[in-house]
Amino acid sequence: MTMNLLLTGALLLLVSGVPGLLLSRASGLGERIALLLVAAGTVCGLTGVAGVLRSPVPLLLHLPWSMPGGSLSLSADGVALIFLLPIFIISFCGALYGLGYWKQAEHQRNGRKLRFCYGLLAGSMALVVLAANAVLFIIVWELMALAGYFLITTEDDKEPVRKAGYVYFAATHLGTAALLVMFVLLGQTTGSLDFVKPQSLDGTAPLAGLIFFLALLGFGSKAGFMPLHLWLPGGHGSAPSHVSAILSGVMIKTGIYGIVRVAGFYTAPPAWWGWLLLVIGTISGVMGVAYAIAQHDLKRLLAYHSVENIGIIGIGLGLALIGRSYHLPLLTGLGLAGALLHVINHSLFKSLLFYTAGAVIHATGTQEIDRYGGLIKSMPKTAVLFVGAAVAICGLPPLNGFVSEWLIYLGFFQAVQHSSIGVALSAMFAPALALIGGLAVACFVKVFGITFLGNPRTEAARHGHEAPASMWLSMSLILLFCCLLGLIPWVVQPLLRRAILDWGTELHTAAATFAVARLPWLSIAASVLLLVLLLLFGWLNWQRHRYPQQRGATWGCGYQFATERMQYTASSFADTLVSLFSWGLWPQKHDCKVLGTMPTESHFSSHTPDLVLDRMVLPLSTHIAQACRWLRRQLQQGIIGIYLLYMGLAVAGLLALSSLLGGAQ
Amino acid sequence: MNLLSLLILHSLLLLLLAPLLPGIIAKTKAFFGGRKGAPVLQLYFDLNRLRRKGMVVSPTTSWIFFVGPLLAVAVPLTASLMLPFGGLAAPVRFGGDAILFVYLFGLLRFFTASAALDTGSAFEGMGAAREVSFSCLAEPAVLLVLLLLGRLAGSFSLQQMLAPQQLAVAWPAQGVTLGLALVTLLVVVLAENARIPVDDPNTHLELTMIHEVMVLDHSGPALGLIEYGSALKLWVLGGLVVQLSLPPLLPTDLAATTLLFIAGQLLLALLIGIIESVMARLPLPRVPALLIGSGLLAAFGLILILR
Amino acid sequence: MTEQLLQLLPFAVILLGFYVLASQRLRACVEAVALQGALISCYPLLLHGFEGQALMLSGGALLLKGIVIPLMLLRAMRKLQIEREIESLIGFIPTLVVGVVVAAGAFLFADTLPLALEHHHSLVVPTALATMGCGFLLIITRRKALTQVLGYLVLENGIYIFGALISKVLPAMVEAGVLLDLLVAVFIMGIVLHQIKREFSTLDTQPLTELKE
Repeated sequence: MTMNLLLTGALLLLVSGVPGLLLSRASGLGERIALLLVAAGTVCGLTGVAGVLRSPVPLLLHLPWSMPGGSLSLSADGVALIFLLPIFIISFCGALYGLGYWKQAEHQRNGRKLRFCYGLLAGSMALVVLAANAVLFIIVWELMALAGYFLITTEDDKEPVRKAGYVYFAATHLGTAALLVMFVLLGQTTGSLDFVKPQSLDGTAPLAGLIFFLALLGFGSKAGFMPLHLWLPGGHGSAPSHVSAILSGVMIKTGIYGIVRVAGFYTAPPAWWGWLLLVIGTISGVMGVAYAIAQHDLKRLLAYHSVENIGIIGIGLGLALIGRSYHLPLLTGLGLAGALLHVINHSLFKSLLFYTAGAVIHATGTQEIDRYGGLIKSMPKTAVLFVGAAVAICGLPPLNGFVSEWLIYLGFFQAVQHSSIGVALSAMFAPALALIGGLAVACFVKVFGITFLGNPRTEAARHGHEAPASMWLSMSLILLFCCLLGLIPWVVQPLLRRAILDWGTELHTAAATFAVARLPWLSIAASVLLLVLLLLFGWLNWQRHRYPQQRGATWGCGYQFATERMQYTASSFADTLVSLFSWGLWPQKHDCKVLGTMPTESHFSSHTPDLVLDRMVLPLSTHIAQACRWLRRQLQQGIIGIYLLYMGLAVAGLLALSSLLGGAQ
Repeated sequence: MNLLSLLILHSLLLLLLAPLLPGIIAKTKAFFGGRKGAPVLQLYFDLNRLRRKGMVVSPTTSWIFFVGPLLAVAVPLTASLMLPFGGLAAPVRFGGDAILFVYLFGLLRFFTASAALDTGSAFEGMGAAREVSFSCLAEPAVLLVLLLLGRLAGSFSLQQMLAPQQLAVAWPAQGVTLGLALVTLLVVVLAENARIPVDDPNTHLELTMIHEVMVLDHSGPALGLIEYGSALKLWVLGGLVVQLSLPPLLPTDLAATTLLFIAGQLLLALLIGIIESVMARLPLPRVPALLIGSGLLAAFGLILILR
Repeated sequence: MTEQLLQLLPFAVILLGFYVLASQRLRACVEAVALQGALISCYPLLLHGFEGQALMLSGGALLLKGIVIPLMLLRAMRKLQIEREIESLIGFIPTLVVGVVVAAGAFLFADTLPLALEHHHSLVVPTALATMGCGFLLIITRRKALTQVLGYLVLENGIYIFGALISKVLPAMVEAGVLLDLLVAVFIMGIVLHQIKREFSTLDTQPLTELKE
């Protein structure tokens, strides 16, 4: 029954865009039906999630299917629940948001395609998480990847969008290639393409390392770990905002799901698995946020923050794997709980950030941060929503981002206490997490300050307007979740307990984990903070009424004629940190030195292209393409005699090969 | 002692004594400068005066402008609840409160810098940029110290890490490592409280300031909150240093330990005054080197106790 | 007392090494190296007590490393009018990071060395290794000839600590020889520095790479 509910939910999402295809371009009925179907699917799905949580064991569903090697088997366990929850919630919020953001009436050309693919993506993600057979998994995985491609290229009449789509397409298929090999090898080990129970395979087997590495490669390219992140900035930057939100908030998590699932199959994995994830996670985290600071395009910046947060999740998973290698249930529990909670948290605040970014872009018509300013006055609601999401993503109390990072820190603390230096040294990665947090604060102060505060820098920013009701309704819903998870984090405890248990840990692990990480204390501390804040607010307000308040221009240090353009810009704000990280960012700075006592006009700007994509992969592929073109010119002479010669050579070569092979036999 | 009386005593100690510290620092600096200087209680007078003033508010600003001052007091107050004051135990203590302690100050920084940007002034933007850039480097250093203390104490609660009984055992055995941690903490305290050699609280050139420039536009009760908040912050962060360096030959008596803690705070203020008098502010490009260097010291110390 | 000093001394020595790695100001660097030299000259006394050979070693080191050579370097600085090191290829912060990693590595690595049992958990060997590492780093990363001389001095300080540990079996003449070598080396470097300055009117060693063919 519960499985049927989940399946129905997934299928409803899957087909939600189909009715719209049958209606005319101008009709707005399709989008309403799509929203209704998504809402119905979400209700089914969430009821299903609750059902699985109530059942004591993971649920299984086998359906007849005539596919060689494949059986239509689905399963829902605690790990899957963690991922299903954001899939359903964010799909619904995105559909609601899309109603106002991408109106069919305004986007007749691509509105129906967008809704169709959105449904496909949402439904296939749910199926990816539910699939319990490699063939089924790969099919829905590819469906998800394709839907993602068409969503990124929604505005396929623009050149950069097509380019970003192409990069995504190449990256995702390289990942799938690695996954195909991985599943074949996995099938060889287990003898079946059905997924096995957690902790049922030997981690020390010779193939295990290779399988894990391939999984990291394949799933990591979807998740966006640092050297494999090359499709993220372009992809998330080009898609419509609610699509960026679901791609960045939810779809990349399916990569994390894959890693968790495959790593979970193994018992006592070698320690290098965890260490590798820790190192990759740290690199992704630190460099992701460093790149984000250097960006001036709002959506590209948010995309790099996804890399950062995937890095944080990677750090948590790395700790969990190290814990499993050394049989430290507490370390496993805390690392896993932190990583999985961060999956939920990130899906919430990242979606909210993309939604608010969408509202800002909708109102001003540009993605350049330096063209905003002062939006808090024309878009007060959006500003509140953005501040909430920014505080959450920076991992600051009292919102939800803090809770998951706190769990990971507790994991580090378990590690540092261990007597073996092999485990204890992993705690040296904890400062990296602190650095990530600090850099994230810097980045979001920059985004928030330059976008919403101060005076409007351009005419467009002066005339900002609040988003329509459907958009801010869905945004407020997410902010509510962020606050709830931050203020009363213990509500997710049963979910996390279940996930830890279903990852194949010993029975007492989950209980021990939450005996160490006592979440209710966070609620107490948060409420103290809020109480003090409230009291002080009351006092300040009282004082303001008692003693008259005057308006006066901002102190310009003696200068009277300050204009909007004299405000601090994003480039300047980021400059200290960008130069500090210039060894990894290679920023291009165009600055003229101010010379002489009466300097002439001068300007400063900085631009940071992606090191991996723009400085390595693209130049490399250009060179390869050039070499191939050169080769083709050499081969294609246009003389028939030469082509005959090729044929002759080919036949001779084949004959020689066959005789050689025959000789070998 | 029951929780309520502990809570009241703990908070009163903080709220009443904290404004003494900036006064002592100023007095010390005046002494070194050969001046008489303002009275030690000057901040109390200032706060009382600011309370009764009307505010001047720029039309550019929004509600964010007031969140900064409110958090400036709320955050140190909340954070102080997790810190033991000598013999007075921390009223709120749980495993992992050390992380909450550090991150609360991150929240404060977010809104202080945002409030600075809210005025639309280029100078305040500059200060905000420096503040958030330099603090990024201080945070890993603090975390390394916490890991180090946590390893020694076997707990991740500030109460356990800084408990005098625990430190009395740890100092003779791991004195050098703890010394490294202490140096790191001191540098962080100076940096976070906008003190020389990182920042100069008394400079009057906006271009060279970090923290002070961010609060240029605040006035009246809001400025009072900020001034009071920075005194509280100095007390709370300085409390870490004092608590850590309380001598191991400590009396077990509760009252005596607490008195010693208060004396330690006053001594620390004196020390900061001396540092400010004899040192020059570092050029801004060298500040990251100082913070990273102090973090490396703690990292070195951590490796030493891990081996 | 000796025990506690043996605990504290290594850290002072290593921290001074870090300071030299991080500092830009040459005068402060020279002073730090002088202090380091003076500190390590205590090692023979601490390790072997007050006896003839140890006293001689200590006194010699104190005189040369702590006083004579630093004074010579300061004089060279005055005559050549150099005050600051210029940013090296990898910068000061990365050098410091590498230095700390090397020092931490020395502490981790020293435990695995096949040492005599009484030296097994002592801090002497890792201190020697870490100091030598700092010296190496200075020689590798710095561009001014004077700082390279400082690097050589720090490296020698590390070797001296090792030497102090085994001075029981090492004839005093060898030690004295080493110290004398050092003095002569610094002398020669002083002359070379002067020549470089006269030829190229800079103390940057970069132009010297022209001489590779």
